[in-house]
Parts: sequence; C-alpha cells; structure tokens
Amino acid sequence: MHFKSAHEVRDLLRKKEISSEELTKLCLERIEKVDAKVEAFLEVFEDALDTAKEIDKKILSGENLPDLAGIPMGIKDNICMEGKKVTCASKMLENFVSPYDATVVERLKKNGAVIIGRLNMDEFAMGSSTENSAFKKTRNPYDLERVPGGSSGGSAAAVAAGEVYYSLGSDTGGSIRQPASLCGVVGFKPTYGRVSRYGLVAFASSLDQIGPFTRDVEDAALVLNAICGKDDKDSTSKDVAVEDFTTYLNKSLKGVKVGLPKEYFGEGIDDGVKKEIEKAIEVLKDLGVEVKQISLPMSQYALSVYYILASSEASSNLARFDGIRYGYRAKDFEDIIDLYVKSRSQGFGNEVKRRIMLGTYALSSGYYDAYYKKALKVKTLIINEFKKAFEDVNLIVSPTSPSVAFKFGEKSSDPLKMYLSDICTVPVNIAGLPAVSVPVGFSDNLPVGLQIIGNYFKEGEIISLAHGIEKALNLNLRPNV
Amino acid sequence: MEFEAVIGLEIHAELSTKSKIFCSCTTEFGGEVNTHCCPVCLGLPGALPVLNKAVVDYAIKAGLALNCKINKETYMARKNYFYPDAPKNYQITQHETPLCSDGFVEIETEEGLKRIGIQRIHIEEDAGKAIHEGEHSLIDFNRSGVPLIEIVTKPDMRSPKEARLFFEKLRSILLYAGVSDCKMQEGSLRCDVNVSVRPKGSNEFGVKTEIKNMNSFKALEKALEYEIKRQINAIKNGEKIIQETRRWDESKGQTIAMRSKEEAHDYRYFPEPDMVYLKVDDEWIERIKATMPELPDEKKRRYINDYGLPEYDANIITSSKELAEFFEDAVLNGANPKTVSNWIMGEVLRTLNDKDMEITDVKFTSRQLVKLIELVEKGTISNTIAKKVFAEMFETGKDPEKIVEEKGLVQITDENAIREIVNKVLDENPQSVADFKNGKTKAVGFIIGQVMKASKGKANPQIVNKLVEEELKKR
Repeated sequence: MHFKSAHEVRDLLRKKEISSEELTKLCLERIEKVDAKVEAFLEVFEDALDTAKEIDKKILSGENLPDLAGIPMGIKDNICMEGKKVTCASKMLENFVSPYDATVVERLKKNGAVIIGRLNMDEFAMGSSTENSAFKKTRNPYDLERVPGGSSGGSAAAVAAGEVYYSLGSDTGGSIRQPASLCGVVGFKPTYGRVSRYGLVAFASSLDQIGPFTRDVEDAALVLNAICGKDDKDSTSKDVAVEDFTTYLNKSLKGVKVGLPKEYFGEGIDDGVKKEIEKAIEVLKDLGVEVKQISLPMSQYALSVYYILASSEASSNLARFDGIRYGYRAKDFEDIIDLYVKSRSQGFGNEVKRRIMLGTYALSSGYYDAYYKKALKVKTLIINEFKKAFEDVNLIVSPTSPSVAFKFGEKSSDPLKMYLSDICTVPVNIAGLPAVSVPVGFSDNLPVGLQIIGNYFKEGEIISLAHGIEKALNLNLRPNV
Repeated sequence: MEFEAVIGLEIHAELSTKSKIFCSCTTEFGGEVNTHCCPVCLGLPGALPVLNKAVVDYAIKAGLALNCKINKETYMARKNYFYPDAPKNYQITQHETPLCSDGFVEIETEEGLKRIGIQRIHIEEDAGKAIHEGEHSLIDFNRSGVPLIEIVTKPDMRSPKEARLFFEKLRSILLYAGVSDCKMQEGSLRCDVNVSVRPKGSNEFGVKTEIKNMNSFKALEKALEYEIKRQINAIKNGEKIIQETRRWDESKGQTIAMRSKEEAHDYRYFPEPDMVYLKVDDEWIERIKATMPELPDEKKRRYINDYGLPEYDANIITSSKELAEFFEDAVLNGANPKTVSNWIMGEVLRTLNDKDMEITDVKFTSRQLVKLIELVEKGTISNTIAKKVFAEMFETGKDPEKIVEEKGLVQITDENAIREIVNKVLDENPQSVADFKNGKTKAVGFIIGQVMKASKGKANPQIVNKLVEEELKKR
C-alpha cells in the first residue's frame, strides 16, 4: 500500500475500498516506523486525520471529488500554511507560525489534499544535500549513509520511502530535480510563472518555482493540474491556459525530436550516471524518438550567473529576518545595530550567511555593473540560446545530477564542489524553462535520474516523453528502509 | 563677494487611493495601530506585492498636472536598508526608470514668471511608523505600503522665497488634480531640500547639504534662510562645506548635522524580481487626461480674461482649489465676479486669517454671501452694516436676511426720520455747529459720525450727508 501511486490510491478511494482516514493512518504509521531512519519530516500534523475524516464524509455522501482528494501528502517547509509553523529549516524561523495559506496550499486544500506534515530542507533552500538544515539530517532511503540531495531533500525522501504519496518542493537551481534524481522519484519543476509563488518563502524570486515529487509521471500530471495557473497574488505568475496534463500520457513518441547538449555529458559527469543515461537514450530511440546532438555553450556560464543572481536576490529577500518583528532574536545586545548583527549571525547557518554576503557584495555600488548587471546580460544570452535550440528540437535531455547520492560530509566542506551538483539543472532555472527528473536506472544500486527540459509552458510534451520512458523501463522503485 | 543659493526639493506626497500600493488594505489615516495590515504590507515571509493600478492612475495624473513626460515602460526597484519601520528591510520604489520625468511648474516671483523644472516623479511605498515609549520602541504598520510619489525638482530655485512659492504652488496643483490630500500635519506631504551656495554668476555647483523633513512652508523657508547663512558664513571663514544630511530643529531655529556622506547608505538598488515591467500605453494616458480638472494656471487666466479680475486677486483666489470653488459657486449664483472677488479678498480672507481657518471650515455658503451682496446692491443695508452682518454670518452661518431682520439692521432711507436725528445731533452739539459757522469744515465729519452713531449705522450715508449739509446751512 505504501508504494502505490496517488492515482492508484485515488481509484481505491473512489471504489471505497479504503477510506481517507485509513489511508492517512497508514501513512502516519509508516512515518512512525521509518522516519526515525529517514528523518524527512520536521513536523507531522496531528489534525491531518480530521481533514481525512471530512473527505470521507464527502465520499460517502456521493460527492464527485478531485483526483487528489483524501490522499496524504507533505509540503516542503518553506511553503506557508495557515496556523502551522514554516521554519525553512532555519533557527531564524524555528517558532514562526504562518497566519496565511500559500496559494498552492489553498489549491491543495480545495482539491481535498490531506496535508500531513512539513518536510526537511536545506536552510532557506540553499544547498544540494539537505545537510544545511538547522534541525536534522534527512537520509537517502536507498542508503541511509547518503544524502537525499537538496534542497528539497525531505520532500524527495518522504515520497521515496513511502511515507506520503506525493509532496511539494521548490526548485531555484535544481532543488526539486536533483533530490528526485538521488532518491529515485519523479520531480517536476514547471515553467517559471506556471505555479504561484505566493506563500513560498522566497530564496531567489526570479528563479524559485514550486513543483511536485511523485512516484510516477501520471501523478506528476495530477498534481500539476491542481497547482498550476495564474494567481492574482503573484505578479510573476503567467496567464497561460492550464490544460489537463493527463491528456499527455500514453502518447506516441514517434517523430519527437530530442536534443542532447554535448556540454551536459562532458567532464564531471560520473561514468555510472553517463552509462544509465545513455541506456535511457537508446530506449527513447526504440520508442521512435529522433535524437540529435546539440550544443549549448552558454550553459557553462549558468552556474556563475546563478550564484550572482540568486545570492543577490537572497541577500535582499532574507533582509527581513532581523529579529525585530518575528523570528530569532539574540538575547544580549547593545543597540539596534548590535541586535541585527547578533540575531542574524546566530540565527542563520553558514551557507545562508555565505550567500547573503556574496549577494550583498554583488549588489554594492561600484560592483553592481560588473556582477549583477553582467549576470543579467548573460542570463539573456542563455535564454536566447535555449530558444534557438527549441527551434530544432521539442525537448532536451541530460543527466539530472552529475553523480548518484553521495555520502554525508563528502561535499559539505567544499562549497564549490557542492555547487557543481547543480551544473545540469541550474541553466534551466536561469532560462525559466520547465523540466522533470525521471528515474531511468541505478548505478551502484543508487537511482539515476534523466532530466527532460521542455520549451516554455510545454510541460505536456515533457510529460509525454517522461511517461513513455517510464513505461518502457518499468523500474522497481522501492528502497528497503 | 555676493553669494547665491542653489536649491532643489524632494517632495513625498501620499496618494489618495483607497487601498495601499501592493495590497488591498485601506490607506485611511488614524486607525487603531496595526489594524490596516496584511501579510503583504507586513512583509511576512512568502507574501508578494501586486501593483495597485489606481496608484499608477494617480501618479500619471500628478505627472500630467506637472507637465511631465509619462514613461511607457518602467520597473520597480528595491532600495535596501535596515530600519525597523521597514518591514522587509527594503523599500519597493523606482530607481533607474521613474514613471514621469521632465516636467515643470511655473511660479510668480517678484521678477516675473519663473519655471522650476521637475526632474522626475516615481511611485513607491511608505514605511511604518516607529513610536518610542520609555525604553521601548513600538512600530505601527498602518502606514506601511501607503502609496507615495516622490517628486524631485531640478536645482532651479535661488532663494528660500522661491522654494516656498514653488512648494505652495506644487501643493495647490496636487490638490487641484485630486491626487493627494497634502496634509502636512498628518505627513501626507513631506519635503526634503538640497541646498548649496556659490558666488553669484558662477555656473558651478557648491557642495550641497540635505535638510530633512520640514513640515510646513514656514519651516522650509526658515530652514533654508538659516542654512544658506550658515554655508555663506562658513565659506567666508575659510571652512569647507561638508556634504551631509541635516535636520531642521524648529525650536532652536537651526539645522543640525545628522550624518555625513561617508555614513550614507549603499542602497544596493536592483530591479524588484517579484514584479513585472509596468507598461503604460497612450490609451491609459488619454484616459487619465480626460479626468484632469482645470488646474490653477488655467483657472487664473480664465478669471482674468472672462471675469476681469486683477491678476493679483486671481492669483490669490486660485491658490486654493476650495477658495476657487467657493468663488465660482458665488458667480454661478448670479453675483458679479468682481464684487465677489472683493468680498473674498477683503472680509472673507481677513476673517479666515484672523481665526486661522480654511475656507472649507466656514459655516456659511457661497449662496449666502451672494444674498449678502444682493442686500447691499438693493440698498437694504449699507456696506458698513454688511460687514457686521458678514461677521455674524461667519459666526453662526445664519442667512443674511434673517440677521438683518432679527437685529433690525435695515437701512433707514426715510428723509424725515433722518432729518429728525440730524437736528437732534445738531441741538446736542452747539460747539460743532459754531465751529462750522466759523469755517471749520472738519466739524461736518464729526456731525455725520454722530448721526450714523445715533442711527446705529443704519442711516443711508448719502442721505445723511445731504441732510447734515442742508440743516447746518439753516442754522
């Protein structure tokens, strides 16, 4: 039961073979059993059962319910839910309770979702291993000695370990796709502007995007159906019609043109990963996909651009955490400046402070043109290069992560090494494109994910390809926890 | 060496929109602390700003009223600084791309008409308000997110007087356009000033200082007078002017240094990533243009050309939108424009001044003033009595006819009745009669005065004149 997909569970609920209450209890038991090892949850909501009971009443009364109704799920702890803490895995917000719902939470509630808890992450979504959480280390369900990836490590691990049927994460430079790849689940980052960011605690406003972690591609389509769409509360959300993404399932892939950017297969990609990706590409060819080599030379600058833009925005976005109105406040201070300095020095972790300093520097007068402005220009070049590529191909595929799940501490002492984990995913955020990571195999018994990048608002095309390869491979994705 | 001042103003005006700039909270002044707030204007984690279109409407209107170019594509920017009343520790404003630019305002100086350039107008959010109580500091966020325009002038003013004239004119234009209530006491109109001095005739700029937050026209003028003197004296004493921010201390009558340029913030401006470009098309601008009321300069020309008012009167009456409305109402009610103007320039403004009131505070209507004028024109009361009636009307708001009736102020025009009073006065003042007979014509004045007094001012003065002369001759 724990490893069924959300759409399978939905069918059981509709056939009344199981109730939402029973399902939620099963999840709570599973969490009780495995989360001591996986440590994906920062909090489990006791009142989730009340929601489940309400859904059951509706099911019994014969009401026609949305696909996600009654199904337990979890949210990354940077998404606001009224009356619940939202800590961003930071000491700074350890006791902060949100007085309002994020738009995605509002939409999930409307769809009858049973939100069962808050999931661990790298502090303020900065990191690639979830080791930067101020509260706990989430473990990879496939190997508890290894990281789940990050920053949405809790969201990925909880789905992989069968603790929830799906979850939400956020992706600024790969924070959904990379942990999905490392944990053997589907992780979808929609087009920038597809999903409202209202109520997502901002890391880098121009790059952040909320998306789902699911057990299979069909579930991803269902969750996207629920959360996508223009929101008047987010000026950057776009008014593009949201199609029923399930109509993109089970499509023929004959004649679909897929580009393989040579820069994404070069140095730095582990051989084991490369081998699995190449196998997957052969499978795609068997399905009738036309594969061709392409080149995206500007992508090599994406990581540099990312660390300028994301850090600059973060330095400003995180300025509000100052110990004055809410959040952590240092105990002893001399004056207001001292209060700021001590609260922020004590309340933020090292990686967050590193990026705030980097961003503050990049925006400083005298450096702004050389860093921030130049990064914006390179961003435009990266966008143009992708646009040009999409004139010839429908989709672009690459490894999601250059390596499989790594060991705790393996990269955490060297920020630059850690930053390279996102080398394949970051260009997609810079361009604002949609992309998925879908499991395509194992290297050393650890999952390997394939990244499929689509053109703007072409989530449907991504779903078609991802679903095709998922069916063809039919992998067993059940870790032994 | 003779010096001249170079002055530029930065004015913040709260826009009169019903809701805040990035959320739907009310902008109403004076609510219970922290009740006009939501996650957006409190800058809570995850909340996002959405631009209120009405703010753009109002800012465009201000721009058009100040003869500005409206920029078609602009964006918001973040101004980063740590301050407890700024809930996000950055202010959403405009930096490289103001919504309006390159405008001007004309002021009437002693040397004639002068154009003061408007460099830019941009939209931005206001901050909260810190309240200090004992050793605690509290913050009220009701004002956080109230929309502001910042108007920056070119350094075109050369004296405190000009700065004051400009600021008064600007306020009047904003009030006419209806974009701000410009209440300086409530902080909805605030002014900072940049000032430097240089040898008269020089084209170079001296080192400037900025004076913050003068909350009245008088304060602006006084602060500038002080600061210009201070700078000139410093230069004469061989001291260097330091570029710094100063504040005006009203009680001491001095400007006081706050922080130097070295201590100035690096605001680290960058484009606000939570918002999209603000695009304004011609249609939008035209729509706003269509709602633009007649502005003071146009009105003044019309008063001079159509109503024949002297320029001075037209200037004064149009300086306040409400006063002009009062005037026009009276004219619409059938009064002679020149007569109304005389009343306004005379009794009305004098009384308002005496009582430190605004035209909007008065109890009587323009219709009542017209009735009073008609009473004089019909000869029912004299001008002298009319002033008394006006005073009463000002106090009580009663109809002038009623006041005249109640107080028995109707003019006496009956010659027999007046002759009786005249003779009584002459009988009582034999000395004056004798003086007259001895050729002292001054005595006539005294006698007329006594007659008016005896009639309680109600006697028709022309008839009194005539009869006093007649009766004196008979003696």
